[in-house]
Amino acid sequence: MASVIVNFELCGRDVEVLVQPMATLQSVLRNQLGHTATKEGCRQGGCGSCTVLVDGEPMLSCLLPVEDVAGRRVTTLEGITPIDGLDPIQEAFLESNGFQCGYCTPGMVMVTRALLDHDPQPGREAIVEAISGNLCRCTGYQPIIDAIEKAADRLSGSGEQTGER
Amino acid sequence: MAKLRGTGIAAVNYPTGMNLGGDPSQALIHATTSGSFVVSLSSSDLGQGLRTVIGQIAAETLGVAADEIVIDTADTDTGPHCMGTFASRATHRVGNAVRAAALEARAALLDVAAEELGACAEEIVTDGHGNLLVAGDPRRCIPIAEMASKAQFTYGRTIAGRGSYMKPKSPVDPETGAMDPDSTEAHACTVAEVEVDTETGQVAVLSIRSAYEVGRQVNPALVRGQIVGGAFMGMAHALYETTEPYYPSVEHKPKDFSEYVLPGPAELPEIDAVVLEIPSSTGPYGVKGVGEMTANSPIPAIVNAIYHACGVRVDDLPVTPEKILRGLEAR
Repeated sequence: MASVIVNFELCGRDVEVLVQPMATLQSVLRNQLGHTATKEGCRQGGCGSCTVLVDGEPMLSCLLPVEDVAGRRVTTLEGITPIDGLDPIQEAFLESNGFQCGYCTPGMVMVTRALLDHDPQPGREAIVEAISGNLCRCTGYQPIIDAIEKAADRLSGSGEQTGER
Repeated sequence: MAKLRGTGIAAVNYPTGMNLGGDPSQALIHATTSGSFVVSLSSSDLGQGLRTVIGQIAAETLGVAADEIVIDTADTDTGPHCMGTFASRATHRVGNAVRAAALEARAALLDVAAEELGACAEEIVTDGHGNLLVAGDPRRCIPIAEMASKAQFTYGRTIAGRGSYMKPKSPVDPETGAMDPDSTEAHACTVAEVEVDTETGQVAVLSIRSAYEVGRQVNPALVRGQIVGGAFMGMAHALYETTEPYYPSVEHKPKDFSEYVLPGPAELPEIDAVVLEIPSSTGPYGVKGVGEMTANSPIPAIVNAIYHACGVRVDDLPVTPEKILRGLEAR
C-alpha cells in the first residue's frame, strides 16, 4: 500500500511523518522520531509499557495506528522530562525505588501523569485502578504505589504541609 | 460457603552461587585521567542493582566516592571473563573479583602518591572525600583526581588493578553424595496469611511477612526491593502463573502474553520484612546473595496457609480455584 503523510503534535512540536498505513504510533515514535522512552513490551496491548498520552489520555501506542493521532496531541515521557533534572513524578519513582529493570517505568510514569491530571489526590484504590493495565515484574507494585502517593502529595501541596519529603 | 482464614509458615536456606566445573569471575579496574575509575566486567545487571552494589564495593575498597565509579559491563566481546548473573552469585563472586581488582588499583594509586608526596606508600591514606594524604601530616595532600592525571602525564604510570575470584569445582563424594557447591548460604522464614472463599475457590493473600538473614547488606534499599518484589512473584507462582495449566495436556495453555495469568496491583498483599545481618566469611565485606531466594519461601508459606484455612492440601502449582474446589469436594 502507498505510504501516507500524518501530521500531529509531539511533545509540543508539530511533526510530519511518512508512514505505511497501520504503522503503530509506538513503532513510529521509536523508529522514526527517536522517542525511545516509549517501550515495546508485548506489542499486543497486554503490558502497558508503550503507554503515551493522546490529548492527555493514556493510550497503548502499540495498538494505535499513527493515522488515528493525526491532528492530535501526543505526549511521551520525553515530553514531561525537564531539560535539567526530573519531573516530580520521576523524582518520586526514584526516591521510592519504584523500578528495578525500568522497562515498565515510562508507561507507569505516563499513567501517573494522566491520573494526577484528572485526580490530584487519588486514594489507593484509584492508584491501583490507574496502573492495573501496566505490568511490572520486578517491584511487586508496592514501591510504585508508594511513588505515586508521594508524587500526588507533592504536586497537590499536601506533602509540604505535612512536612513529608 | 464461607471465607476461611489461615496462616502458613515456610523457611528457606539458600545457596549463594553453584558448583559448575569451577566458577570464575574476573574484574579489571583502571583510573581515567579525570580520576574516575572504570570497572570492566561481563556480569549483567538485570535490574536488581548489580551496577550499584558493585560500584559501592569498588568505591569502598579504592577509598573514593561511589559516583567516581563507572561500571562498564555485559559486553562479552570486550569484558573480562564472568560466568554470569545467576544463582544469586554476582554480588558475592563478582564482588570478590572487584574487591581484588580495587585493592591492586589502590596499591598502584598509593605508590604514585607516595612518590608525589615524598612519603612511603604505607603512610598514604584516603580521607573519604576524594583526597590522598600522608597520615599524621594532612597538609601533605593531593586530590585523587589530580593524582590520577599526574600519574599518567607526569609519571607515565597506569593506575589499574586485576581481580579474579574462583570457586573451585567441588567433587561429589560417591559414598555420601556430599559436596560443597556454594559460597555461603542466606536464610529466610516467611509467614503468610490467606483468605479462601469456599464458594469460588479464590484465594486472597492478606499478608506476606518475612525475616531474612542475608549477610552484610551493601545496599539495604536494593535488598528490600528484592524482598518485596520477590514476595509478590512468589505469590504469583503460588496462585497464578503457569504455561501448562493441565500438563501434560496443552489444553488452556496461554498462547501469548495476554493470556498468561498474572496477579496485578489489586492483588497486592501487605508485604513486610525484617533483615538480620550476619556477615559471611567468604563474601566481600561479608555479603551473601539475596536474589532468587526471595520468591521461594512465600510459595510454601501460602500453600500451607491454604491448608490451614480450608484443609485442602495442594501439591502442584499454581493453586488455582479449580484445585481448591475439587479438594473441598473430595473431603
